[in-house]
Amino acid sequence: MATVTTKLYQEPKEELISGSEAIGIACALADVDVITAYPIRPYDTVMQYVSRLKADGAFDFDYIIAESEHSQFEIVKHASSVGARTFTGSSGVGWFYAFEAITVTAGLRMPVVAMVGNRALDDPGAFGVEHNDAMAVRDLGWHLYWVATAQEALDMALIAYKVAEDPRVLLPFALSCDGSFLTHSQAIVQVPSQDQVDKFLPAYNRGSLQLHPDNPITVAPQANEDWLMEIRKQTDEAMRRTPAVIKEVYAEFKEVFGRGDDSPFIEQYMCEDADVILVGMGTLAMPTRVAVRRMRETGKKVGFLRVKFFRPFPTEELQEALKGAKGIAVIDRDYSYGSPGYGGVLFHELRSTMYPLDERPVMLNFIAGLGGREVMVSDVEEMVETTQKAIDTGKIDQETTWVAVRE
Amino acid sequence: MATVQDLPQIRGVKSIPVEEFYSSGHRTCQGCESALVMRLMIKAAGQRTIVLGSTGCMYVANTTYYSTPWVVPWMHTQLGSAGSAATGTAAGLSAMMRKGKMQNEPINVIAFCGDGGGVDMGLSALSAALQHEEYNLLIVCYDNESYANTDIQASGSTPWGANTTFSPVGKDIHIMNNRWKKNMTPMMAVGHPNMKYVATACASYGLDFNNKIRRALTAGGPTFIHCIDPCPKGWDYDPKYSHELGMLSIETGLWIQYEIIEGELQLNGPSRAIAKGIRKRKPVEEYLLRQGRFAHFTPQDLKVFQDKVDEQWEKWWIPGLVPITPQPDEDEADEEQ
Repeated sequence: MATVTTKLYQEPKEELISGSEAIGIACALADVDVITAYPIRPYDTVMQYVSRLKADGAFDFDYIIAESEHSQFEIVKHASSVGARTFTGSSGVGWFYAFEAITVTAGLRMPVVAMVGNRALDDPGAFGVEHNDAMAVRDLGWHLYWVATAQEALDMALIAYKVAEDPRVLLPFALSCDGSFLTHSQAIVQVPSQDQVDKFLPAYNRGSLQLHPDNPITVAPQANEDWLMEIRKQTDEAMRRTPAVIKEVYAEFKEVFGRGDDSPFIEQYMCEDADVILVGMGTLAMPTRVAVRRMRETGKKVGFLRVKFFRPFPTEELQEALKGAKGIAVIDRDYSYGSPGYGGVLFHELRSTMYPLDERPVMLNFIAGLGGREVMVSDVEEMVETTQKAIDTGKIDQETTWVAVRE
Repeated sequence: MATVQDLPQIRGVKSIPVEEFYSSGHRTCQGCESALVMRLMIKAAGQRTIVLGSTGCMYVANTTYYSTPWVVPWMHTQLGSAGSAATGTAAGLSAMMRKGKMQNEPINVIAFCGDGGGVDMGLSALSAALQHEEYNLLIVCYDNESYANTDIQASGSTPWGANTTFSPVGKDIHIMNNRWKKNMTPMMAVGHPNMKYVATACASYGLDFNNKIRRALTAGGPTFIHCIDPCPKGWDYDPKYSHELGMLSIETGLWIQYEIIEGELQLNGPSRAIAKGIRKRKPVEEYLLRQGRFAHFTPQDLKVFQDKVDEQWEKWWIPGLVPITPQPDEDEADEEQ
């Protein structure tokens, strides 16, 4: 964009940075106009980083230190309505404090991009990662993406703006990042140049929906039973359009930046001939891949599938990827009290995904790593053994297992 | 948006602009003073204005899908979000104009809230908005002294003893709402001393209200106006008396009309005359007993109410504004001994 006054990266560069810093850099490269901050660990490291960029004159944006998460999300919603590109974020109960604003952001079709530094919900207060916070918006019309590495955090933040602001979509985008494991852990990241980003990411243009005296529209009047269903249906249609837009944007990203996976929706690791496929999200990928590699060395046919987009949920991709397996072990870093069969949220979504298939694999659920507890390689090996046993005996003793938990 | 619009003071009723920017298309109650507040507010502000409206009567009764009275751009915001809506809109415009993504021009940003949205739920966001000296924005709190849109429930701005659907008159308890109305405007003024303009207002004094809006919009930075809006439905009176009740609220000394311009207090209209001793306050019962919501008041209740109003005029440090009694100077105290 010609209007950028401060250019952080004239040339592509390799940086040792955390997931939060990677997203902060993406915000600068995307020339975000308004950012709102409120402190809660672990997401707030991104705000500490962008405020430093602003203080140093490296990134020009209107920076508002809000007085609550609710205001954080309301402020960016309104900034987005006049055509400004926005960024905000939160964690755990902070995300819940903003819930009203979060739901109207999607309802109003504002392409706000937010970072969720996944954190366990109070009480008891805990700093560690859990996925229940971000997942709570799964029915509201937000894109929900689970990031695994700092590189992916930067790349997906750029992709998020392009997808969310596409006139065919106009839906907000949440980047879920595991607390500590991603937000605070440093890794080598390839940072693109400003020119590359400008080539990829056009300016946000709200068109005829922009609130401005030259376009005196009334936004969000009261609608009742006479019109509400039609408005809801429009949002549904936007969400149904987004997978095609994601594919398109992902292909463009790969072309401009020269990196990316086969699919924007899922990542498969040694899944091709696997009897047992482990499924999980976020940084769980790390110990799980190690375990899979070790078990492969002993001849076990095991694979790992990482769900990247939780919304829109990649139903067909998952059906295709999982249909050949004999058993599926779903690892949930979350839980849904009193849900069907008492299990995790990802497990329920996957069981629902697999239901239409003629031949359904055995499906087991493992609740692991809540509150930031580390998931060990040995835990993963045990999950595979339990699943293998169910396949061999044709009998499920226990559908949901809480892993490595004191009795 | 460094600059403000040129909005000169209106010298007399004949100079009030004829253009209407709050037009037909709303379905507010007969005698609704809040609707008049909206009309006068945007008439004074003019076409280059964005209005944000938080949930309440002026959302639900004004903007029903497929119809709108707003000729200017208008957007809904959540009940507690008038402050955030104004901040976000002003921030978005400011960033885009500074970066050359939008034509640079002064655009008025006005967010309104009722007493529920402003005095209760939105207090924290409102206070935060009033701290942002870099943004030109105006918050208008239209105070009809209850959650009138949802069925007349008591708010923090409902007067003591008022009959509402959350504070009914019962067999055992006849004063269910035992809270006194929050001292909102001074709280905003004292809490945000860098604000260049704060005022109370009443649509019964239309020209005064027009000019207050213009003074707020041209002051620069965040500003706040709080107006008292008689509500036929919530206060229970014949709609034709709305203006009269607005005037009585001031003449009895319950509501005080004033402006604080860059830290200097100036009383307006009847409130000024009362403070100067030119005019006597009318007894509060002349105001209270005109409304069904106080119909259950006993002579004792009227006395309690009158005493409270007397107290704010006679005992407060600044009558009607600052309910603090300063400690006598130590030297003076010694002399008295």
